[in-house]
Amino acid sequence: MISIDLLFEAVLFGILLGCFYAAVSLGLSVAFGLLDVPYVAHPALLILGSYFTFLLSKTGLDPIICGLLLMPVFYLIGIALYRFYYETFERRSSDTGVRGLAFFFGIAFIIEVCLILVFGVDQRTVSATYIGSSLEIGEYRFPYRMLVAFGIAIFLTTLLTLYFSKTFNGRAIKAVGQDEGALRLMGANPVKIKQLAFGIATAVNALAGAMLIIVGPVEPAMDRIYIGRTFCVVVLAGLGSMSGTLVAGLILGIAESVVMMTLGASWAPAVSFGLLLLMLGIRPQGLFGR
Amino acid sequence: MKYSIYAFLTILAFLGLSLMNVNEYIFFAGFVILQFVVLATAWNILGGYAGYVNFGVPAFIAVGAYSAVVLFKSISAPLVVQIIGGGILAGLLGLMVGLLTLKLRGIFFSIATVAVVFILETVVMNWRYVGGATGLQLTRPPDLWGFDTYTRMLFFVMAVLAVCSVSIARYIQDSFLGRGLRAVRDSEEAAECSGVPTLKIKLIACTISGALMGVAGAPMPMYLSYIEPTATFNLNYSISALGMPIIGGTSHWIGPVIGALLLATIQQIVTVTVSNELNVLVVGVLLVLFVVLAPDGILGLIKKWKQSSK
Amino acid sequence: MDNMRRKVIGTGTAALVAASVPGSLVFAQGAPIKIGMSMPQTGGLGAGGQAALIGIRMWVDDVNAKGGLLGRKVEFIVYDDQSNGANTPGIYTKLLDVDKVDILIAPYATNPTAPIMPLVKERGKLLMGNFSFQVNSKVQHDMWFNNAPWNDARGWSEGFLEAGKNAGAKSLAVFAADAEFQQNLANGAREIAKNSGWNIVYNQNYPGNNTDFSSIIRSVRAARPEAVFVACYPNEAVAIMRSVNEIGIGSQVQIFGGGMVGLQFTPIMQSLGSLLNGVVNFNSYVPGMKFPGIEDFFKRYSERAIAAKVDPLGYYLPPFNYAIGQMIEQAVNATKTIDNKKLAEHMRKTEFNTIVGPISFDKNGERAKPRLVQTQFRNVKDNDLEQFKSPGKQVVVWPAVDKQGDVITPFDRARKAT
Repeated sequence: MISIDLLFEAVLFGILLGCFYAAVSLGLSVAFGLLDVPYVAHPALLILGSYFTFLLSKTGLDPIICGLLLMPVFYLIGIALYRFYYETFERRSSDTGVRGLAFFFGIAFIIEVCLILVFGVDQRTVSATYIGSSLEIGEYRFPYRMLVAFGIAIFLTTLLTLYFSKTFNGRAIKAVGQDEGALRLMGANPVKIKQLAFGIATAVNALAGAMLIIVGPVEPAMDRIYIGRTFCVVVLAGLGSMSGTLVAGLILGIAESVVMMTLGASWAPAVSFGLLLLMLGIRPQGLFGR
Repeated sequence: MKYSIYAFLTILAFLGLSLMNVNEYIFFAGFVILQFVVLATAWNILGGYAGYVNFGVPAFIAVGAYSAVVLFKSISAPLVVQIIGGGILAGLLGLMVGLLTLKLRGIFFSIATVAVVFILETVVMNWRYVGGATGLQLTRPPDLWGFDTYTRMLFFVMAVLAVCSVSIARYIQDSFLGRGLRAVRDSEEAAECSGVPTLKIKLIACTISGALMGVAGAPMPMYLSYIEPTATFNLNYSISALGMPIIGGTSHWIGPVIGALLLATIQQIVTVTVSNELNVLVVGVLLVLFVVLAPDGILGLIKKWKQSSK
Repeated sequence: MDNMRRKVIGTGTAALVAASVPGSLVFAQGAPIKIGMSMPQTGGLGAGGQAALIGIRMWVDDVNAKGGLLGRKVEFIVYDDQSNGANTPGIYTKLLDVDKVDILIAPYATNPTAPIMPLVKERGKLLMGNFSFQVNSKVQHDMWFNNAPWNDARGWSEGFLEAGKNAGAKSLAVFAADAEFQQNLANGAREIAKNSGWNIVYNQNYPGNNTDFSSIIRSVRAARPEAVFVACYPNEAVAIMRSVNEIGIGSQVQIFGGGMVGLQFTPIMQSLGSLLNGVVNFNSYVPGMKFPGIEDFFKRYSERAIAAKVDPLGYYLPPFNYAIGQMIEQAVNATKTIDNKKLAEHMRKTEFNTIVGPISFDKNGERAKPRLVQTQFRNVKDNDLEQFKSPGKQVVVWPAVDKQGDVITPFDRARKAT
């Protein structure tokens, strides 16, 4: 029925796709996994990054460059968002669960609707020399756009993993999620650290958004399916695990690719959410979680 | 005693309205407004009373709607049977989702409910019998129960459903169930320690909440004469169904009613005069404003205003 | 609290009553005739819809310049449904109950039209169809008249499959989106293929919002078909052509295309450029086909389109949308009324003279005499709009009466042919 050849190609494509999903979820891994912020607006900011890349690329710049240029902007957005969230919710009452969630949910929808009002519901794409052709190895074809996304994903993941393990701030970020009091004793300000982390998470989103629009067309409502994919990766990895994010992304990517090949593309949306539900049901702490 | 008189009078008022010679569009828009009263009230039973945020509102609505379609298509079931069927199946879904996820922390429950939406949507999209992703055109049966048009009848039915769901929420609020849910919201661990059967009451709340949402969804196929998955499973329902109680006030059953009547009416006016998207923007912005500035909703504001004027 | 509730209910009911409009208006002799519709102006169909809209507006202006209909001005009301069928029932209810429209035109394309068919039938309203495909087949509304130059699946797939057979193809791959139009067409094609001895080696549906076709194209390639029939909408068409270019469809494919909507929209033709070469696809009008008076229409259309920054060529939809207006005009003038029932009876038995030729309808409200063509894209260059103005870029290969050339096969050779 399904030839081994085809299956193999699906797996290879799934690896590329999976790394892309991992990179897209890195921001959430930090914001939710490490900091415990109910950041459901993460995919919406991802799409926002894609649209900003789209705008910026109209000046003729390569989309990757656009993504890199947007990172400082998104860093500031991240800091502002976290500051606001902290002042309004974390500091005050006990009802933070519902309100925090509702807040980010509201932000996500506001971003989506504003995108629709400004850009319309049409799909948007960017063009670059590497979009549209593929690398031919024997019988297999690998689209360059996926290879580029793969490269950026590996780069981002490595960068973040190194940052969190080698630098003081990075280790402080990992620590703040585990024991805030101890961190304070070490001389670091937990709020500033969390702010930094959130800023980094959102900055990563800018580059991830650029990747998203390189890989395919974007439209404002895409943030909804990406809630599934990003949270699936983060939950599968286990909260707080950076390298786990990559593995989890690969699992999701390969699963989706194989399902698309065997059952058909109409079942693909259920893969990420199904895996998510499965994980929550049998092992909520994820594969590598603490 | 007084409440039931008001409930009865409200039903009579809506009956009277449905028989008046006014513009048809009022019933078309009014149906949606009343539907949101039911949805907001249903959401509040789990979200407001217990503090578990259900993002998967469309999943329950869709179960109600598609059950109605299946019942209608297979045995030409009358509307009442469709509604009851939809409610039962949605309640079952609520129970299952609860069993799976209510042991988890707040945000995991919420994300799990989103997952249910997409999984069910994918299943429905692959199910030819109810139209799959293409959708299904439906012909309304000729039985109008004495009303001038089918839309008027649906409007009245939804009014009755709204009064019923509010009555159920009111009953829960003042009962043992309500007290237990409030204890869970304030501190689940403390509630457990004092002997409250937290899992059981959460499951009951989830089931009732789901069933009411299903009941709100069941008349939809007949309302539009058409059903298709993308609109039925639309997450816009989530933001509205959770925005309205939060804006109205989550601690009392009248909060969702106020929020729904106010917000849904604004939405309908915006849809008719401006555009569809602005709908969602209105809810989103108001939700964020209230969550930040007035977390107890309109009810909270009224309370504060009453206290300050004393 | 009960006090509060009473007040809310009371105010609410009062507001509803106050906002109501009395059930019927008294028409003054000079009151305008309202014609209303929703048109997909954004979203996947937007590029086509915007062009089509200009066609209708041209007719409205023309008829008002002549004194309107029955001495009354024509008022045109249009909304944007964003290519989304979920929006149309609400919009058409608003058109009927709030705007009090007299005559309805359907939105462009099948998928936004399908949801309103039951509503329109229940209300007993005339609906002028707008390039939808078999959308009335289940509901069977007797006041439906479709301007599209096709009838059923035969007109689409016969020509395509015949050309494939002539090139020696025996195996067929079919893939289509899971949506009303695409499924209607693909099912029709599958029927015909099975009955004429084709071997169907690949048969898949995909969700309408799918953007990545790599796995589908890969699977199609692996099945080694000699003909590939695709039924898709504009966004998908673009993604599919890009994917075919990226991954390749296989050297044994003789003929590719068939039912791809969107490859007729000028903006899409321009952006795909040379990726279009070799594709055999349907169309309603290409330069070289003879319709009396149509050159003049395109001249006038171009001016308005360029000013509105919309498709300046306007081949596919605008003339047919203008024709909708012409049919309404002729029917109203002949029956001297806007009563929907009488108009429908008249349309059932009349042949109309329009700028796209004579139009008459069969008992289902579809064209009695289809005039669809299959064309092959040849020698299309990138980023060149002007090239499409003259014949030779979209060569008509079927039917014989409009034929401009033979199909070049196999597909790979046709992509490089000049």
